[in-house]
Amino acid sequence: MNPQNDVQNWIKNEVAGNDVVLFMKGTKSMPQCGFSMQVAQILGHLGVDFKDINVLEDMSVRDGVKAYSNWPTIPQLYVKGEFIGGCDIVREMFQAGELQELLTEKGVAHNSQTLPA
Amino acid sequence: MAMASDDIARLIKERFPDAEIKIEDLAGDGDHYAATIVSEAFRGKTRVQQHQMVYEALKGNMGGALHALALKTAAP
Repeated sequence: MNPQNDVQNWIKNEVAGNDVVLFMKGTKSMPQCGFSMQVAQILGHLGVDFKDINVLEDMSVRDGVKAYSNWPTIPQLYVKGEFIGGCDIVREMFQAGELQELLTEKGVAHNSQTLPA
Repeated sequence: MAMASDDIARLIKERFPDAEIKIEDLAGDGDHYAATIVSEAFRGKTRVQQHQMVYEALKGNMGGALHALALKTAAP
């Protein structure tokens, strides 16, 4: 098995083994990019328990996840193994209440707040 | 490396000739844009698919020459 296959398998296992996974620049407690921070904040606001994977720690994961989803940018959100989107889509879905609906549909615990007052 | 908004618009127009395109240079640095694209080609596609189509139209520039392009896509 070549290393790129290893990375693809590793990503597959991560998104299969965790309900909510966010590939991001930095960590949820210390995001290092505004777009990653926005998505982490939305998930935090909804009280969603998620696994953060810092792509800055491993170039092969950073490139690998882009290939995995055919999506050129970070952050990338996965719920129950499904690629949901990057920052724009997650924010749009959150504002429309669709992200909350999706979490409910997929059986992921969260509080169902919409926009902060 | 940055990209001019005209170049972005041209690549999008090549792929989606019917598209209505609005591009804003958010920071004035030729590196952070917001684009709104309305095209019949998006009808029936998920948001992820719509954005993937735009990224394809940008031919690998997204994430490279183009650091930040906030996207909003819709069918008319």
